[in-house]
Amino acid sequence: MNSIRIPTPLRPYTDNLKEIEVDASNVGEALDALTERYPTLRPHLYDESGNLRAYVNIFLQQEDIRNLRGQATPLTGGDRLMIVPSIAGGRSARFGRPTAVR
Amino acid sequence: MTLHIPQELLLQIWDYGERTYPEENAGLILGAINGDERWASRLLPLENQSQSESRHNRYLINPEDMMAGEQEAESLDLEILGVFHSHPDHPAEPSEFDLQWALPWFSYLITSVDRGQALDSRSWRLNDDRSQMIEEVLHVQLDLDTTNRRFKLKTQKEKNR
Repeated sequence: MNSIRIPTPLRPYTDNLKEIEVDASNVGEALDALTERYPTLRPHLYDESGNLRAYVNIFLQQEDIRNLRGQATPLTGGDRLMIVPSIAGGRSARFGRPTAVR
Repeated sequence: MTLHIPQELLLQIWDYGERTYPEENAGLILGAINGDERWASRLLPLENQSQSESRHNRYLINPEDMMAGEQEAESLDLEILGVFHSHPDHPAEPSEFDLQWALPWFSYLITSVDRGQALDSRSWRLNDDRSQMIEEVLHVQLDLDTTNRRFKLKTQKEKNR
């Protein structure tokens, strides 16, 4: 089994649980298992096109899965995923992803 | 839905908004929860990670800072209640961009900073279907000492002009 850590603002959709155990062989399957169990969580993780929302970051141990193999990143059992939000906003009405300083 | 905030914390948010004007600023609000009532007790200002040319109308807190914020909240036995940010020369109302990026449950405390002076703060929460931000009651816990200190500081500044 692998576990997924849920950030505070999403816990109302997981019965206030911080950690959810899922049986999955990769990150995508783990997220599917999570949202099947807690369907009201799905709109806050995925947009209308089925893509992960811009503010959703998934870390495997301490590594962003974008730097691994994305949702195809394999899980070996005993892995810990963390959902960590980015926070953004501002007065601009222009849409788009804010660009971080790197 | 109410966010209770001590006057001193709100004034810190106002000072921060004025100091960083004309750029936007942001940070986390930590505190305690009881049902639908939230009590702010600590602020965690965070660096705006947007590119410098966007900072006048955007803020970004990266996931690493969020993780650090969560750890700090846990170590203090507090919760992250939400986010504060400023709107330079713009009302304290959520923009379309705020709505697009809003997380559920969090309180979003927006402060309008008009020509360098903080004027107004209002707090908002995303509704469940993500269609709009709903205003919540912002209850400022007034404190006579803070009011007096602020009044003296303002009077001193005016005398020095």
